[in-house]
Amino acid sequence: MGPSDKPIRETMLEAVPSLRAFAISLCGNVDRADDLVQEALLRAWANLDSFQPGTNMSAWLFTILRNVFRSEYRKRRREVEDADGSYADSLTSLPNQTSNLEMDEFRKALELLPPDQRESLILVGASGFSYDEAAQICGCAVGTIKSRVNRARSRLASILSIESTSDFGPDHETRAAMGGSRRP
Amino acid sequence: MNRRKVHPIQPYMEDEVAPKKLSSDIKARIGQQLRAMYSDVVSQGVPERFADILRKLDEKNSGAPAAPQEGSSPNESSPDAGSKPSEQADGPV
Repeated sequence: MGPSDKPIRETMLEAVPSLRAFAISLCGNVDRADDLVQEALLRAWANLDSFQPGTNMSAWLFTILRNVFRSEYRKRRREVEDADGSYADSLTSLPNQTSNLEMDEFRKALELLPPDQRESLILVGASGFSYDEAAQICGCAVGTIKSRVNRARSRLASILSIESTSDFGPDHETRAAMGGSRRP
Repeated sequence: MNRRKVHPIQPYMEDEVAPKKLSSDIKARIGQQLRAMYSDVVSQGVPERFADILRKLDEKNSGAPAAPQEGSSPNESSPDAGSKPSEQADGPV
C-alpha cells in the first residue's frame, strides 16, 4: 500500500473525526462540514504524490481541508450572505453534543472571535497541533499563530468575564466529555 | 450556581486589544472547554460515508497505490460525491 507500514487509507480514516470537528468549527454547519471533509479526502487522494512520507499526514489533511474551505467560502460569500444562519445556531443542531449552559456560552463566545483567531485557537487548543504545525496548516509564521492564540484567549476570557477559578469551572458533564483523547 | 452573562459586544474589532496576561489557570479552563466541544464531534467516530469513499478509492487504485489519477474527476469514484463540484484546478497545498 503506502510507503509506510500502515496503509494510507487507514491513516486518513483516523484523521476523519478530528477533520470533521475542525470543519464544523470553520463553517459552523455539520452537513457542509462533511462535504468539506469529503472534498478534502478526494483531493488528498488525488494528490498523494505531494505528501512527503514521514511528515504529519494529519497536518497535511488539515491544510487541504482549510484550502477547500477558503476557496469555497470565497465563492459562497457572494451567493449567500449568512443565509445559513449564525454559527452558534447551526452548532446547536449537532447531535450528541454536550448540552449545558456553560458550553453554549462558550460556543457563542467563540463565534465572536475573528475567524483567524478562532481557527488558530482551535488548531492549537483543541486539535492538539503544535504552534509549528498550526503555522504550517495556516501558511503563516509561528509568531502569527502565537499572537492569534493569545488574542483569542484574552478575548474569550473577557467575553466570558472569567475573573477567577470559581467563575469558570467545568461541571461534571464537561469533565466526563473531556475524558476523550486530544487527537485521534 | 453562578451564571455569567455573555456580553452583548460587537463581534470583534481587528486586533486592537493588547492581550492581557492571563493566568495559566484561565488558559487551562479555556482549553478544557475547547477540547470538550471538539470531542463531542470526535467521539462520533468515522461516518460510514467516509469509510466507503476511501475504500472505493483504494480499490480503484490498487496495483498503483501511490499514483494519483490526475485529471480524473473524484466525483466518479463515489456515488454520493456529486453534491459539491470539485475543483481539481486548485492545488491542495
